[in-house]
Amino acid sequence: MFSVFTHNCISLHKVRCTNLRVRGRHFPSLAGKTYHKGIEKSTYNRTRYSTPLPGRESKTRVVRSNLLLPEAEVEKSRRTVLASNRLKTTKYTALSFLPKNLFEQFHRLANVYFVFIALLNFVPAVNAFQPELALAPVLFILAVTAIKDLWEDYSRYRSDKEINHMECLVYSRNEKKYISRYWKEVKVGDFVQLRCNEIIPADILLLSSSDPDGLCHIETANLDGETNLKQRQVVRRFLELVKFDPLKFTSVIECEKPNNDLSRFRGYIVHKSGKKDGLFKENLLLRGCTIRNTEEVAGIVIYAGHETKALLNNNGPRYKRSKLERQMNADVLWCVLILLIMCLFSAIGHGLWVWQYGEKKKPIFDVPGPDGKYLSPVLASVYLFLTVIIVFQVMIPISLYVSIEIVKICQVYFIHQDKDLYDEETDSQLQCRALNITEDLGQVQFIFSDKTGTLTENKMVFRRCTVSGIEYSHDDNGELMIFLLEKVNECAKHLEVMRSHEQPLSHLSPELCDIFDFFIALTICNTVVVTAPNQPRHKVATSKSMHRFGLSVLSSTSTDSTLLKLEEKLAYSAQMNNNGYSSQQDRTAVRSGPGEGELRYEAESPDEAALVYAARAYNCSLVGRLSDQVSVELPHLGTLSFEVLHTLGFDSVRKRMSVVVRHPLTDEINVYTKGADSVIMDLLLPCSSDDPWGKHQKKIQSKTQNYLNLYAVDGLRTLCIAKRVLSKEEYACWLKSHLEAESSIENREEQLFQSALRIEKNLHLLGATGIEDRLQDGVPETIANLRKAGLQIWVLTGDKQETAVNIAYACKLLDHDEEIITLNAESPETCAVLLEQCLQCVESKFSNNSTDEATGNMTVGFTPLYPPSSPVLSSLGLVIDGRTLAYALEPTLEDKFLALAKRCRSVLCCRSTPLQKSMVVKLVRDKLKAMTLAIGDGANDVSMIQVADVGVGISGQEGMQAVMASDFAIPRFRHLEKLLLVHGHWCYSRLANMVLYFFYKNAMFVALLFWYQFYCGFSGSSMVDQWYLIFFNLLFSSLPQLITGVLDKDVPADMLIAVPQLYKSGQNMEEYQPHMFWMNMIDAMYQSVVCFFIPYFTYYDSEVDIFSWGTPITTIALFTIILHLAIETKTWTFLHWSSCIFSILLFFFVALVYNASCPVCHPPSNPYWTMERLMGDPMFYFTCIISPVVALLPRFLYRTLQGTLFPTQLQLGRQLSKLPPEIRTQLLTKLNVKEAMRQTQPFADSFSPSLGSNASDCCKAYNQSTPLPTSPQTSESLFQGHTKAEHTTDQTVTASPQGVVLYGENKRPSSASSLERSVGFHEVRHGTSEMESLPVGATFPWSSAVDQADFSLLKWITSTPLFSRIGTVLHVSSSSLQNETQDSMCVLGSSLHVDFKGLKEQSSNNLQDKIKGTPADHCKSDNSETTFL
Amino acid sequence: VNKQYSFPTQGGETRPSRCPDNSAFKQQKLPAWKPQLTIATVLPSFFLTGAFCLAVGVCLILVSACLFLSQIDYSDKCSDCSKLRENSSNWNKECYCSVNFTLKEDILGDVFMYYGLQNFYQNHRRYVISRSDAQLLGRNVNRSYCAPFTTYRNGTPMAPCGAIANSMFNDTIDLFYNLNSSAIQVPVLKTGNSWWTDKNVKFRNPKSYNLSSAFAGTARPPYWHKPVYLLDEEDERNNGYVNEDLIIWMRVSAFATFRNLYRRVKRIRQFADGLPAGNYTFRISYNFPVTKFKGRKHVILSTVVWSGGSNPFLGIAYVVSGTAATLTGFVITAIHLKLRKKKTYFQK
Repeated sequence: MFSVFTHNCISLHKVRCTNLRVRGRHFPSLAGKTYHKGIEKSTYNRTRYSTPLPGRESKTRVVRSNLLLPEAEVEKSRRTVLASNRLKTTKYTALSFLPKNLFEQFHRLANVYFVFIALLNFVPAVNAFQPELALAPVLFILAVTAIKDLWEDYSRYRSDKEINHMECLVYSRNEKKYISRYWKEVKVGDFVQLRCNEIIPADILLLSSSDPDGLCHIETANLDGETNLKQRQVVRRFLELVKFDPLKFTSVIECEKPNNDLSRFRGYIVHKSGKKDGLFKENLLLRGCTIRNTEEVAGIVIYAGHETKALLNNNGPRYKRSKLERQMNADVLWCVLILLIMCLFSAIGHGLWVWQYGEKKKPIFDVPGPDGKYLSPVLASVYLFLTVIIVFQVMIPISLYVSIEIVKICQVYFIHQDKDLYDEETDSQLQCRALNITEDLGQVQFIFSDKTGTLTENKMVFRRCTVSGIEYSHDDNGELMIFLLEKVNECAKHLEVMRSHEQPLSHLSPELCDIFDFFIALTICNTVVVTAPNQPRHKVATSKSMHRFGLSVLSSTSTDSTLLKLEEKLAYSAQMNNNGYSSQQDRTAVRSGPGEGELRYEAESPDEAALVYAARAYNCSLVGRLSDQVSVELPHLGTLSFEVLHTLGFDSVRKRMSVVVRHPLTDEINVYTKGADSVIMDLLLPCSSDDPWGKHQKKIQSKTQNYLNLYAVDGLRTLCIAKRVLSKEEYACWLKSHLEAESSIENREEQLFQSALRIEKNLHLLGATGIEDRLQDGVPETIANLRKAGLQIWVLTGDKQETAVNIAYACKLLDHDEEIITLNAESPETCAVLLEQCLQCVESKFSNNSTDEATGNMTVGFTPLYPPSSPVLSSLGLVIDGRTLAYALEPTLEDKFLALAKRCRSVLCCRSTPLQKSMVVKLVRDKLKAMTLAIGDGANDVSMIQVADVGVGISGQEGMQAVMASDFAIPRFRHLEKLLLVHGHWCYSRLANMVLYFFYKNAMFVALLFWYQFYCGFSGSSMVDQWYLIFFNLLFSSLPQLITGVLDKDVPADMLIAVPQLYKSGQNMEEYQPHMFWMNMIDAMYQSVVCFFIPYFTYYDSEVDIFSWGTPITTIALFTIILHLAIETKTWTFLHWSSCIFSILLFFFVALVYNASCPVCHPPSNPYWTMERLMGDPMFYFTCIISPVVALLPRFLYRTLQGTLFPTQLQLGRQLSKLPPEIRTQLLTKLNVKEAMRQTQPFADSFSPSLGSNASDCCKAYNQSTPLPTSPQTSESLFQGHTKAEHTTDQTVTASPQGVVLYGENKRPSSASSLERSVGFHEVRHGTSEMESLPVGATFPWSSAVDQADFSLLKWITSTPLFSRIGTVLHVSSSSLQNETQDSMCVLGSSLHVDFKGLKEQSSNNLQDKIKGTPADHCKSDNSETTFL
Repeated sequence: VNKQYSFPTQGGETRPSRCPDNSAFKQQKLPAWKPQLTIATVLPSFFLTGAFCLAVGVCLILVSACLFLSQIDYSDKCSDCSKLRENSSNWNKECYCSVNFTLKEDILGDVFMYYGLQNFYQNHRRYVISRSDAQLLGRNVNRSYCAPFTTYRNGTPMAPCGAIANSMFNDTIDLFYNLNSSAIQVPVLKTGNSWWTDKNVKFRNPKSYNLSSAFAGTARPPYWHKPVYLLDEEDERNNGYVNEDLIIWMRVSAFATFRNLYRRVKRIRQFADGLPAGNYTFRISYNFPVTKFKGRKHVILSTVVWSGGSNPFLGIAYVVSGTAATLTGFVITAIHLKLRKKKTYFQK
């Protein structure tokens, strides 16, 4: 089904999606974990690269050996075209630093504003301050930023230097050998030799390797953090060379221009002879990777320095702006507006003031301009406007941005230091990669999570398998099935006997044969690299010893086999003892890693490793892998060497991988395929039901399918193993076309893909495996807590629906007592209809429910802690598959989808591609204007992480791609809880309070100056000395707010965790709402009025001079501002105390020093000895005491009353934390119970009328069909359903039925229910298979109970015998309703045909598909189905 | 940016655990005081504040009750003079007027004589800066904020320069005590009225052997009647820039309505205890025009109290806010008592 979707997607986004098949973890990937899957995003937007043609020089790069060119030319070519290998990530040079840095800083509008104001001071007509002084703050701010930039640049420079001076071996023409050079001296066209464990200095084309097979293993941890090894190959023609000599290298390499696509490299090499060889990404060693497992390699540099793929991929951190900051910027604009109004008011006031004196009667205090002329009122007001802008500039807080940056850096520091976010197991801690969105963590509303590796461990444990229809399961501890082990041994014994007696293998019973093949397939159908534990990074030295047995095996295919058998026997006797021993040992550990002294397997995906380890536990161990040979050790048989003819690697479109091997025992060409059950089941050899063998096979297939479904229900990742035996002729025929494909230069990938499709068909099913991916520690608790915190959690996974649903149950994402809407649609039309219906039903339910909720609350009793806030229907889950999601994300449907989804408590998107993941996130982010957080660990989550407001990466198993793209990286999913609930909340609350305080502070201070304008003729005069005015913000009042912004804790951490609901304050922006800005402004006005007029009236009509009056005002303002902060501060550590005291002391100190400094130093103001004199004046103290008290009394009173009468949740949480622990726990449990009751009760109410008393575990099958003219595609696809087996390649065909299932199981103990459910399911499955020929054609009427309140519209209650067998309570509604509904909802068809005739299974692996099969009557345009769980 | 490209160290030496320190600071667990703003906790502070404010307020009111203040507006009483002054061509003509008043009781203690001006915007921005502190310190200045009152057209610098100095209050006010139809001039002190630092640090005459030579080459400001070195011909130390009338005038007032200390009553002879009750006359040489800007002129007699206030506002403010705080305290006590019966959710 998934592949189907992919193709649809391609048709939608033709260009983009060609690269979708790059990789994705859409299923237990086999070999798909190549490290480049994460860069899909970058590749999406690029059109397909066309292979370079000669003559199109501009599009390609031509590389020749430097050794051939004269020295001068090398110099020239290097200088002109190609980048050198010198790394330069610095932004500035010593010369360019100042202009460039200033230029960058002036990109920030605020800086321009402040410089403009400062420069305005140099205009004599409008200047307000001493111009040099006015420049000081802005210069200070600029300097701080510049120093920070300089420091960053310097550290970049140092690391560049370190890297540039690393050494590597470069071939020297003069000395005719490799000599050591610095990295920076490496040029394109140079020959470089690398040894094991060396880091590759540039992108190098691999020309020689010490490995006999021309392989080179590299570790890409530096690029993506993945530690498994990748293979690289020597360019084909050079493979044959015995010794590579750079001097003889005369070929010319033509390849694509440097680009950042790590997953692709194309080009060709033209030899002197004129022959061409294609070059592929397997030939290229990427800069930054490490050579492993290989003694020595050599190659020619293709891309150097900044043109290497690694560096082109390195495009710095993104700049994100937090929601709070956006809101703040809006308020900054309001401040600008207030400022302009104040200035305008002053300007007009001044104009009038000047005008009132008239032309002639200029008063003596109205000083004419320097030329002796008086300004006209208009001109005066214009000049004054500019002047007061300077005077009031503090209104736009110059230090705001700097302060916020400082606070955020400190917050990040503290988040880093939290030891609760440290994971001991991996020795990793949280990393903040984005410094400026910490407060967004406190406002998240939606979490989009990946499943595998994020919710789960991504540590695969082999749990169950089924071979030829017989199930072998392991218990929880992963203990071996002795039974199966015995079978394997028995099988091996038989084989051994047969071989020794030279009997043909066909004597083996088919079951044993299957078991044998099954384990062989597990062992060899992969790309696992074998390493020895004692020297982890060196290839196991089996190659030589293997050749002892293996080479002969290899040759045996061509020579006579008797020789082989003889040798095998010899080998076998030697191996015997070991085997017997090791099988004993292995018995205990299937899932655990390698024991002491055992071989280790390095797999590209954990699934693969799990399978190989599992096979080894069953005595079928992989002991060596060469490029053309795998060696398997078996009991009794000893080591078998399979000649690997081809490996058809995994890709996410085929979703399978295959190996073509020559079987050493039978000498047959075997294809072993391993892949997603959905694809494999379609590729099986069609078997007629006539002959007994075919019947048997069919039975096996259906049994296997049953088990697969079971596995999926258990949340296991399923794989099918199949085999095909090729005849020589078939193989030869295929080989021919395959070789063509391999050697083609253009379209190679496409052709290889087609070639793979040609061989992977007519398979014989061997069995299936179920691999468990365990939940990470604490995931259910974390999800439960996050959900209590009001976060909506969506899981977007590539896994199949059943697996995803079950993991979702396991991690409490879905609850057993909630209803689940499943959307599986096949066409956009059906999707539209489905959405419409679900929405209606949910709406009706919702409206019904909301009243219920209200009444429910009355009975429960109002708990002040949790006011009913969430409009989200708390008990509804939505499951949607990838294909339906694609339709739902179309512009026409996305609104409906969103409307439905946001009503649901949790949403589960299965089978979704990376692109879809990001589209979903984007949709929610943009349409709901919600704060989104995406969390994932793999490369397939990168696009989602980048799109979300907050991207979180899990630094886990799957490499660093996600971490690289993320803003925060955490070691475990459970850490999200503390990160969001505690740090997020704190950061948000601290910053919100600080920003509000900032606005208040500046407004309050500026208003003081504004009031003064009324008493100085609006002349722009300020009673506050210019020094205080300019440094007030920067020096005197900045420290306490920084301390509070960094350290204040409104609620202690343990309370935030214990009562996750407190997080909602951040989501609802309770700490910083638009009205709060205005409330703060009003409070600021009030306080400034108090602080202005108390001194005014005190000193009214006295001989006080302007600065003797202004200094008390400044002091009062400082006291008021700090005490205001004190009211707002919730925790007082010694740092808070000292910062406040320090600020006040600093003010007095500065004032005293400044006022005593010199009598003429600071023109035009001259506050000489003012402070000293004031401090001897009792009035000063009396004024300074009363004013702050009066100013702050209302706020203090308000906070007190509000904290007592209408406490917010946060305040209650704070109160709670002060109570003694016993009482606290008591209260908390009480609260949680109430909360739970509140959530469930209304729902239960709405349920009961429609369902009746024992409707609880009623399985509701929902059927719908579309009466819309079926689209050609749909009908066609249905027809094609019959012939599905034939076309395995066509991805456009969609044959899976569509439908909605609503399965609600109300109010059951969850543990029991899951058990029961699975039991019930078993019965059904058996029933189904037994009833294969039973025609069940039943019409399922609507159960639409007449009352509108229930959900009946969507509940198709079925009444088939099938369903009654499992004890489902059924509603049989009158069939007339059927017509009625058809009329009322003309979109719905009604008839449902259930047919269990064994049609070929559809490509869909949906559970419901399997149960009901395909509609028999698809010639009718109705597509109908039953879904059931 | 570059982090991504840093290479791990080779070899497997055990690096120290990345586990963060478990210090109180880093784990944000510093011991802290966590005040709760609820009625129960803040009640005392309201009463304490109220009591304190009431106490201080009552004291201040009692103190300011001792204050004697007598303000006489003479701008109307000297209307002839003010009319004369409206025409600046009459600047040369002298004009005197007298204002009588009666003290009903003795004023004991130091008596201060102020002149007061209304609507005189001494705090106008361009006015405030129109001065040269360096010049007043006896230095030679080229650049200053004095423009346009820096030099005359012919280049002669003004001494002192600037609008403040130019607009100096130049009425002379003498106080006569009418005892038995004979007028005794009340002895007053011209000096000691300004800040000590002003007189001794901020203002200095240019150094020369005598004042007139010190100011040679400069001219008086345009509105002045006499050059700066003739401000006080009787007292050498009160002449030139260090003249206290000038010093006090140069300390620009904060508001448009203000008063400046003019003279202090010298406590000798019958004025040893202050001013005795009786009839008094102010004899004013009316030079300073105020009609242009609708200004008014007062002469004020006042005593001072220790708290320094000149009006009772502060005391009233304290009493009012003290009362408010106490009342609020009572109100929230009532609320608290009422609530305690209901019991909020958490307060068990």
